Amino acid sequence: MKNVLIIDYGTGNLKSVHNAVKKVSEKQDCRIFVSSSIEDLKKSTHIILPGVGAFESCLNGLIKTKARSYLEEMVLEKKKPFLGICVGMQMLATKGFENGEFDGLDWISGEVKKINNQNNNLKIPHMGWNTLKFLKETAFTKSLLKKMKVTNLHDLSAYFVHSYNFKNKNTNEKVITTCYGEEITAMISKENIIGTQFHPEKSHYFGLAFLKTFLEQR
Amino acid sequence: MLKIRIIPCLDVDAGRVVKGINFLSLRDAGDPVEQAKAYSDEGADEITFLDITATHQKRKPMIDVISKTAEKCFVPLTVGGGVKNIIGIKEFLLAGADKVSINSAAIKNPSLINESSKKFGNQCIVVAIDAKKKSKNWNVFINGGRVDTGIDAVSWAKNIEKRGAGEILLTSMDKDGTKSGFDLELTSKISSAVNIPVIASGGVGCLKDFFDGVKLGGASAVLAASVFHFKELTIKQVKKYLKSKNINVRIDNLGKYYEK
Repeated sequence: MKNVLIIDYGTGNLKSVHNAVKKVSEKQDCRIFVSSSIEDLKKSTHIILPGVGAFESCLNGLIKTKARSYLEEMVLEKKKPFLGICVGMQMLATKGFENGEFDGLDWISGEVKKINNQNNNLKIPHMGWNTLKFLKETAFTKSLLKKMKVTNLHDLSAYFVHSYNFKNKNTNEKVITTCYGEEITAMISKENIIGTQFHPEKSHYFGLAFLKTFLEQR
Repeated sequence: MLKIRIIPCLDVDAGRVVKGINFLSLRDAGDPVEQAKAYSDEGADEITFLDITATHQKRKPMIDVISKTAEKCFVPLTVGGGVKNIIGIKEFLLAGADKVSINSAAIKNPSLINESSKKFGNQCIVVAIDAKKKSKNWNVFINGGRVDTGIDAVSWAKNIEKRGAGEILLTSMDKDGTKSGFDLELTSKISSAVNIPVIASGGVGCLKDFFDGVKLGGASAVLAASVFHFKELTIKQVKKYLKSKNINVRIDNLGKYYEK
């Protein structure tokens, strides 16, 4: 039995994430909770932190739920599979620089900085489907690619919409990147923690396969 | 590389897809949920719903349509039409829309753009411009193309960007439904005036029109309705064509994985 918790902290496209998780867990023994209650957090087997909006307001929203210490216990101590999406990944950083300088959760060392618009030659936000570059093979990516039965990695793309880039410190935690004027961190991974800048819930078949792979993590 | 987005648009009236010419004489074109699903399976990069005759009584079927579509389409969904305030935006988002497009309300109360993009994030707020040529310039029209505001479309576009919108959905009223191609002059003027993505809309009739919208109009995304609804062109065809012209589009063959 899986208990998937989608953390509700007053922001984010929860419905889309919920719909996509529901789709990939159709034939499984799986319950989905959209909540920030400590009780639901404690019984969760998989935790998803969605994120849409500004760094600071998302972080404040999360802090207001009072679930932070329980969340850290579940993820950092009990090592439950965790997926942060978009700002939900950015919040894991040491610091964020969106409309000021703010402390993040500091689960993954790095800073979140505005994408360089290359002297106004790039439209910001970085919005749309962009090609993924797999930097290394992990157990996760292996299982993901097997699921999609693809051998050619050049044609995979995912849906992005963001103006800030997670510049993580340890390059070995970076798994997928994409390019938009600069190198954009698309997926990071550290032990049981996964973060994606792209939106798997909006990345059609690739995104569904990604979420399915996440649900298989233990 | 970032890909050019191909967006089929479903003009919805009381829960059905319709299509008009120059914003008039509507024809029934099918069930929106089924169509949206078919489009996303075929490779649409996003789906847009416009409630073109939005009135309060018709809001209910629209909410149903959004929520049913969101359950079946795993690509971004933009919804617009009849949005008056923050509550209206929130209603659509809660039903499963990823972005909400505002038009008349943004003209009547421009601070709605600031408030909503701050509250829901810039990426969430699309401002639609319906523009019609007046001698040398283009004027912004509202109320489904019925009222000329006298506002210049290019300066409005800059204003929209400054206020925090994430994207502009630009429709040429002169071209809409005529199948004679996008208004390239208008598209290119707006697209070079702002630093946010511009979706070109209104007038697509053939494959080359898509190419021109991107290459000559400078659009980040191209939107079309009738050519897709009446199956004159398929999304696959458009993407294949654009790729052959060296335009970056998303083509993958992952469909088999979920087709069961």
